[in-house]
Amino acid sequence: VVATSAQTTRRTTPRAVLRRVPALVVYALVALAILWVLVLAENTPAKPAISDPGGFAVTLLDGLTNAGLLFVVASGFTLIFGLMRTVNMAHGSLFLLAGFTAIELQQRMVGRTRSIAPEDVSIVSWIVPLLAAAALAAGLGVLLQQVFLRWNQGQELRQALITIAISVVLADQMLRQFGGLAKTMVWPGAVSHFVEFSGERYATSRLFMLGVAVVVGVALWLWLTRTRMGMVIRAGVDDEPMVRALGINVAVVFGVTFFVGAFLAGVGGVMGASLAGAATGSDGVWLLNSLVVVIVGGLGSIKGAVAGSVLFGLVGAFSPAYLPSEYTFYSVIFSFVLLALVLALRPYGLLGRPA
Amino acid sequence: MSARRLLNPTTVGVLVVFAVLLALPSVASEFFIYVVLTEALILGLTASTIVFLAAYGGMISLAQLLLAGVAGFMFGNAALSDGARGLNLGWSPWVAVLFALGVTTAVAFLLGALGSRTTGIYFLMLTLVYGVIGFTVFAQVVTISGPGGVTSIVAPEPFNDRLTLYYAAVWLSVLAYVAFRAIGRTNFGLALQGVRDDPVRMSSLGYNVALHRTLAFALGGFVAGLGGLLNVWWRGQIDPASISIGPTLILLIIAVIGGISYFEGAWLGALVYVLLDTYTADIPLIENIGLTPDRFNTVIGLIVLLIMVLSPEGLVGILERLRRGRGIAKPSEHSIEPPTTAHSPVQTGAGQEP
Repeated sequence: VVATSAQTTRRTTPRAVLRRVPALVVYALVALAILWVLVLAENTPAKPAISDPGGFAVTLLDGLTNAGLLFVVASGFTLIFGLMRTVNMAHGSLFLLAGFTAIELQQRMVGRTRSIAPEDVSIVSWIVPLLAAAALAAGLGVLLQQVFLRWNQGQELRQALITIAISVVLADQMLRQFGGLAKTMVWPGAVSHFVEFSGERYATSRLFMLGVAVVVGVALWLWLTRTRMGMVIRAGVDDEPMVRALGINVAVVFGVTFFVGAFLAGVGGVMGASLAGAATGSDGVWLLNSLVVVIVGGLGSIKGAVAGSVLFGLVGAFSPAYLPSEYTFYSVIFSFVLLALVLALRPYGLLGRPA
Repeated sequence: MSARRLLNPTTVGVLVVFAVLLALPSVASEFFIYVVLTEALILGLTASTIVFLAAYGGMISLAQLLLAGVAGFMFGNAALSDGARGLNLGWSPWVAVLFALGVTTAVAFLLGALGSRTTGIYFLMLTLVYGVIGFTVFAQVVTISGPGGVTSIVAPEPFNDRLTLYYAAVWLSVLAYVAFRAIGRTNFGLALQGVRDDPVRMSSLGYNVALHRTLAFALGGFVAGLGGLLNVWWRGQIDPASISIGPTLILLIIAVIGGISYFEGAWLGALVYVLLDTYTADIPLIENIGLTPDRFNTVIGLIVLLIMVLSPEGLVGILERLRRGRGIAKPSEHSIEPPTTAHSPVQTGAGQEP
């Protein structure tokens, strides 16, 4: 009711005009940022896009490939929240656990623990650890859900605190098991090349990662829109009591959703371990990344996860490249600026709805 | 307020604890006073702002440690004149104190305004994002800190004496406790609790919901800033790692162990945490079950897990229940969950006062 009356009186009262100010400021800032990157950028690591299209393309690809990884991780987080209203604060821990596990498996499959070159790694010795580690994360996720989250469904904050406690324990146990040093998963030799375009070299492994993310996204979309289970999940997101009343075994659906969400965290963890390595602390970083993506995109919405990943990925790639060199270390602030701009316009994220 | 009402068990308990804290330095060991208790009081003071926001505002904030850190960093930047890092403004220490508290409150006001339209679990996530981004800002922006942090900070007279600092922590803790309890009975506090229970109704009654949340967050930030100042005076330095995601979660865990709806719980949780942190290694045979001091986080995580599974009201909630002699099944009015019947027309005014 409030929204409608505001809309009808939008252009008449001064107060309604005031309400438009944040939106106008945001649009102006976005336009300014685009103009800066395209033409104005001065004294920055990458030149303006019109004079240096290659550098622009590399930055854009960096942003999009990062967005692919962000989407894989955050879609699992948002899937679980959308259906069960459970905020899984241990999502980053599942991510890191899968990364460490896949690295161990790959080392066993290759038969060496150090100085593994991409040539030693076949596609199989990348895919099999990926699937096994993701399955481990998924299994652990279902275990957590069944033991700790099943009986307190609906108590969001209690569940968040329970998963925080679990993430603290898991982080400590992973430190014990895998040590504090960063380890890296090695990309298969078949994708470890460079492509060249307009004078720039670009790592194929990043494009491969984007490909994996797109495959995951399409599979997720097909699963949610074309299968019975997917329809039940979407119906559950909209109206869970009604789904229950229709005689569907919601407990099973919850378990499956948690499995898939944790599996996605695991897939993301292996991809992240291949891209940047796995280390103590990555769990917190990726929990944060998932949170930013879903807060920007809107909690519980897969489309929102796409939008949030792309925006966050692009901001993360463009802000260090197009800030004047002496201010590069301020680039982290721009993820906050993104969050602030989106929240100023839409408190529940771009595609989110109030709970 | 009559004398009879003032003489309830809670008031007496607080007075007794206050007296014990003031008398302890003449009895207990130096280590216990200047390391264990001082840290517990500072952590408790900071954690009490989480309780304040949760109990009155229904906002579980993970940004309180960041705000304490902002105060610490700002004091270090303003008070030092020739440190290795930071702005080295070289101001008089008391100006630096005002500056630090002012900046902290302003930051809290802005962050609160940004998050004032979100509640519950969204607010928790948003403030965690604040906390981690804030940590990254301090870790990366070398003009104000950089990864090494600000070191060799000296507390202003008379707080450079550790006994005075201990007493300051006691006094500030008691003041914060009394003030937070009193705020619950002011118009602002009552309106805030109304906003917690039913924002839609409060809004239609003409209350500015977002403003109440923002002001509460700013006030919480101010008190967290006091905790942050005591913390840098006590440690003599502050680095970004001390406000990273791990310690941020630990501060929430402290509030949860004690009981997130009880102001006493903040200090009780802090004391339990510091005692565990200090003395776990001394428990006989503890290493035989695989709990070395290195695995302290596993212990603390399992304790929180246990508390959240058994009783979300924390230790004070458990004590309260035992005191009333009621069964475990009885749901308490102090719940971390907002009332599910938030929009039902009939609702008793379940405040926080027992």
